[in-house]
Amino acid sequence: MTLRPAGRRQGYDKVVVAVPVTVPYKRYAIEPAHWWVAEALRALVAEAGIEGSDLDGLSVSSFTLAPDTAVGLTQHFGLSPRWLDSIPMGGASAVVALRRAARAVQTGDARLIACVGADTNHVDSFRRLLSSFSRFAQDASYPYGYGGPNASFALLTDYYMRRYDARREDFGKLCVAQRQNALTYPHAIFKKPLTLDDYMGARPISEPIRLFDCVMPVAGAEAFLVTTEDVAKDLGLAHARLLSAIERHNAFPDDPVQMRGGWALDIDELWGMAGLDPERIDLVETYDDYPVIVTMQFEDLGFCKKGEGPDFIRSHSFTNDGSFPNNTSGGQLSAGQAGAAGGYLGMVEAIRQVTGQSLAKPVANAHRALVSGFGMVNFDRGLCSGAAILEGVAP
Amino acid sequence: MTTPLQPPPKKDPQIPTRPPQLPPIPRSRAALAMSAAAAKGQFALQTCRDCGAVCYPPRDGCPKCLSTRLRFQPVAAGGELIAETTVQASTDLYFRERLPWRVGTVTLDCGPSVMAHVHADLTTPSRVTMAMKLDKGGNAVLFALPEKVTDHMEDDPQYRELNASPKHRRVLVTDGRSGVGQAVVQALLDAGAATVFVGIADPWKPFAGAADLGGDPRIEVMTLDVTDTTSVKELAGEIGGKTDILVNTADHVRPGGILSRSDIVTSRDEFEVNVFGLQRLAQAFGPLMRARGADGANSAVAFVDILPIHALSNWHAFGAHSASAAARHSVLQCLRGEMRAGGVRVLSVFTGPVDDDWRQTVEPPKLAPTAIAKAVVAALQGGIEDYYVGDIAKDVLEKWLDNPKVLEREQQA
Repeated sequence: MTLRPAGRRQGYDKVVVAVPVTVPYKRYAIEPAHWWVAEALRALVAEAGIEGSDLDGLSVSSFTLAPDTAVGLTQHFGLSPRWLDSIPMGGASAVVALRRAARAVQTGDARLIACVGADTNHVDSFRRLLSSFSRFAQDASYPYGYGGPNASFALLTDYYMRRYDARREDFGKLCVAQRQNALTYPHAIFKKPLTLDDYMGARPISEPIRLFDCVMPVAGAEAFLVTTEDVAKDLGLAHARLLSAIERHNAFPDDPVQMRGGWALDIDELWGMAGLDPERIDLVETYDDYPVIVTMQFEDLGFCKKGEGPDFIRSHSFTNDGSFPNNTSGGQLSAGQAGAAGGYLGMVEAIRQVTGQSLAKPVANAHRALVSGFGMVNFDRGLCSGAAILEGVAP
Repeated sequence: MTTPLQPPPKKDPQIPTRPPQLPPIPRSRAALAMSAAAAKGQFALQTCRDCGAVCYPPRDGCPKCLSTRLRFQPVAAGGELIAETTVQASTDLYFRERLPWRVGTVTLDCGPSVMAHVHADLTTPSRVTMAMKLDKGGNAVLFALPEKVTDHMEDDPQYRELNASPKHRRVLVTDGRSGVGQAVVQALLDAGAATVFVGIADPWKPFAGAADLGGDPRIEVMTLDVTDTTSVKELAGEIGGKTDILVNTADHVRPGGILSRSDIVTSRDEFEVNVFGLQRLAQAFGPLMRARGADGANSAVAFVDILPIHALSNWHAFGAHSASAAARHSVLQCLRGEMRAGGVRVLSVFTGPVDDDWRQTVEPPKLAPTAIAKAVVAALQGGIEDYYVGDIAKDVLEKWLDNPKVLEREQQA
């Protein structure tokens, strides 16, 4: 039997995103994740001009809700959604949540879906999260120095640097540019400028990873609303169309070290569905758990070829007012990583930029944004990847 | 080349002894099977019985064909180190105390790419030979070593964590009267032990080889009778705080089964030495060693027992002795779990019949005491939990793994 080729994914006609919400981050919080979800939902409902009972769909991403799941939250907050999703995909959470919510809206399973990423950060949260992250990490990664994701990405960075002649200065340039962007964003956790010298001379964490290659774990929440274009207009909400979205897990499992993510498999459909090419994108929100992953996304999403990342970095400024604006609210490296909300940071920022609601310095003529997600280092690599292209609708 | 390990300075009594920490312990059941292979000194990974794929990390379904028939079996140990990092920050107490720690990515010749500890003499990229070793928590880990042995290779601090080398360590050999005991003393000295305390019961009774024990200034003869609780406790009070390795060479052996004896007097003597003697040693020395599991370059590392392979299945000709050996094996299993909290290994060196006076009528092959001594050192240097010496021990093990009930009948012949 020969299986016929899989069909192409359908578009997301008439599906829009609106109401970007950020609950300002704190380094440490005594409140549990539930509180952060509640704050995000409260703000979302208020800004949308609706009631909680109007929400008929809910998608939640959080690492720190235990023993609860998204199900428990419905009772906790008095919601009765007819569509409920839980996306345990870390940095890919927002893209995947949006993609699936879009399908639900498209098919009529739900009309108003709140997508929320929220995590608390207690003093010992990071240590506890590490110790129970995955079976492969427990069996085959932690017993080797227990460096956590820093060590895993140090190996990946080391390999990338050897193979493609990247220098720490290249990665530093990305981090410095993101900090410049963060200084224009009121909710960023880092408020001081970062120089390349600061970056180069920072405390080694797991060479070649140093302090400013690493995100700062914080507590926080991000959210947005997924609905139809008609409903958004009825409510008078600034919104953006979802032009395309892709999702992929455990791509290229036989690569000895992760040098590409699932984007590389699905990129033709991403651009094809949107009917665009990379030149038409005004700003990019990459997932920046470590700068090498940002570089990999530039390559895999089609902005340059594999291995050309270092040259690409050398030829752009990545600032909101410069060439190729990237991570325009500072990314997690400068805004902070609020657990699964870290996966939402770029999405929420992109919605703001393309709908003229930016809190950070606006990117000039920002109409179209590409948002990329990447998550879950199960063992030696991130397994989940996804991307979405948004286009702001002039009010 | 590794910087040779220097003899540790005399301990400063004002500095508190560092309480032992262990590397992360939890493992899936599949990963425990890897630890079981490492405990025997094997380099084995999960291999799919249906498609032949080698799988890592250990799992429950084949990533190539979805078969659930995955078994650990020996695989080629070569590979290439393609990336490395030195961890300088960790939230784990064990590694925090030992930073910086070098790890890398190795693509194995047999297929998978793995995270491994990396020896200091390696550069990236380079060819490596992989070793599978038990860490201080008793679980298997992968270690990348140079393909060719380098000078003082075993002194690399990360590698030394995974073995129990006698080098610069102080060892107690519990019975120096026997040929085995004396051979073990010599082998330990040859392997670089700083001091070997040799236990002798009733020192006024002369014995063969006594003169040789006076020959080396690193040997200290001590009075020790493992059948006497007071004697064992007194010696532990004297040297227990500086015993880094204990090798129990005591074994009371007489021929015969249960019905070939008319009472239990001889059996009681066997149990007094082989089972209760072992327990007395463990109770007196175990807690002291367990507290010194992280006490610098000469921390306490291993409690070794030499026991007959017939611990696994009774050998009719020495049936009563086999019974004491079985009890002894069980005591060691218990002790292994109890000593783990201090990162101190419990090593079982299983032997076939020893070539001595009590086994004069046993047909060859029989084991020379020097072969057993060599095995004790190899088990320590390799950190190998279950070590089988000689053809008989290996043959019995293979038959036991194949079918214990058939072996029971074979050994009654």
